Amino acid sequence: MSSLPPLPAEAEEGEPALERPKGRAAARLLPPQRLTGPIPWMIAILIALVVIAAAGGLALRNLSNAASSSLSSAVSVQVIEPNPDLRADRTAAAVKVLTGLPGVTAVRTVPEAELVAMLEPWLGAGASSGDVPIPALIDVELAESAGPAEVARIAEAVKAQVPGSRVDAQGDFLVPVNDALVAVQWLVFAVAVMVALATAAAVWLAAKNAFVAARDTVEIMHLLGASDRQIAAVFLRDVLREAVLGAALGAGIGVAAVWLLGQQFAALGSGMVSGGVLTLTDWLVIGAVPLAGVLLAGLTARITIALALKDML
Amino acid sequence: MSENLAGHVKFDNVGLRYGTDPEVLSNLSFTLYPGSFYFLTGASGAGKTSLLKMLYLAQAPSRGAIRMFGQDLVTMPRSRLPELRRHLGVVFQNFRLVPYLTAFDNVALPLRLAGTEEKKVQRAVGDMLEWVGLAHRAHAVPPTMSGGEQQRVAIARAVIARPRMLIADEPTGNVDPDMALKLLRLFEALNNRVGTTVVVATHDVHLLKKVPDSLIMRLHKGQLSDPTGALRYPPKPGGSSAP
Repeated sequence: MSSLPPLPAEAEEGEPALERPKGRAAARLLPPQRLTGPIPWMIAILIALVVIAAAGGLALRNLSNAASSSLSSAVSVQVIEPNPDLRADRTAAAVKVLTGLPGVTAVRTVPEAELVAMLEPWLGAGASSGDVPIPALIDVELAESAGPAEVARIAEAVKAQVPGSRVDAQGDFLVPVNDALVAVQWLVFAVAVMVALATAAAVWLAAKNAFVAARDTVEIMHLLGASDRQIAAVFLRDVLREAVLGAALGAGIGVAAVWLLGQQFAALGSGMVSGGVLTLTDWLVIGAVPLAGVLLAGLTARITIALALKDML
Repeated sequence: MSENLAGHVKFDNVGLRYGTDPEVLSNLSFTLYPGSFYFLTGASGAGKTSLLKMLYLAQAPSRGAIRMFGQDLVTMPRSRLPELRRHLGVVFQNFRLVPYLTAFDNVALPLRLAGTEEKKVQRAVGDMLEWVGLAHRAHAVPPTMSGGEQQRVAIARAVIARPRMLIADEPTGNVDPDMALKLLRLFEALNNRVGTTVVVATHDVHLLKKVPDSLIMRLHKGQLSDPTGALRYPPKPGGSSAP
């Protein structure tokens, strides 16, 4: 201990640069793996829930859009007449009127066998016995959306030639279903927001506890010249590492669950369900969920640590 | 009387109280000149540690003004404190080593925080541990080291970045007389060769005689007295004693 050793170059040159510690140097400033424990698992569970909820919400939106778009420009014309011969005549007359109307792109009389098949689950064998009179049904495709004015114009034209006919926009049948789907989408959104809040709260608690546990070290580092930014960066590094781990795990679980559910619904073979298939954009949105989770965790930790440091000299 | 304004530390009518308690330090007015060697003495409870805390920027004064290296600490934004702290080396009474870091990493902390290139850190810390006779204990963590070893690690950490002011709180309290003398010689070397201002708090009156050119500040019930003129005069050029 006789003579002082040579100085590091930076110390000789005067003011050292304010740099954030990197790599191994940063790892040596605070205790390693301070946040280990339930945090990655909590984030994984929360991210998985949001991924499943988001996929469900997007599938419902697709389902609703597909159903609405296929029915929004369609009109149903019923010819209500118990006498089969008269009903056939009136149906032919209605088809003639409809075909001549401007804005009508396709007219199709639904075959009686198809109608019977549709009604059989409700009417049983009576549907095909001929004892129950079944109205004739004509599907009409319009060039544009079947709004109330358009429906009224068609109804007026048809009723003038075919008494006892009835005209309905097919989209009207789906209004309650659409309303329900929109409500479910809002529910999914609310779940996502609540889960995001839960994630933020979990990270806030973990970061605060980690800070309290390392407070003495933080104080020493402060006194040795560490800036708030340097200290926060070291905490943030650990939080982000754990959040990435949790988010990747949660995304994996969530995507696997969505894929399994998709397989289950696909096996139903229902035409309506096929409208709920997730698109590439939907998958990109789902992929953004874990990224948003990591960002949220990082932001929460940064704010928590910044507030805690503010209380120190 | 010429002053190096950029290098000195000036207290002007400083008082300190904790919460609503009476002041533990009152009316402190003095100047620490660059390159001087000061002993701060006083009985236990006189306020030595509180004064040192203000010197190493761990405690803000309740009243008065403090200027350090040309900076007004009262008006200076908090964000500039780290920069100022990097000019200070502190040997804490209880060492305050980071328990899970090795001796090497503890000594390296000030350099790493200052963003020094890792290759240079490795060399400088190795040399410093050699200097304090702890090269063989570089990978030991503080809980496995003796009090004397921990103290030398704390000192190495305090001087590794060549501070403009070294503040030591009872640095010889945990070591035998031989080691205490060695530590004092180390502080003197830093004072003489690097020009570091040294402030050593001690209640050991025998130590005061070991550094003949030192100045003495005495605290009694929170007030300073000035037996060597430390508070009135700058040191002589080339030495550290008052006229």
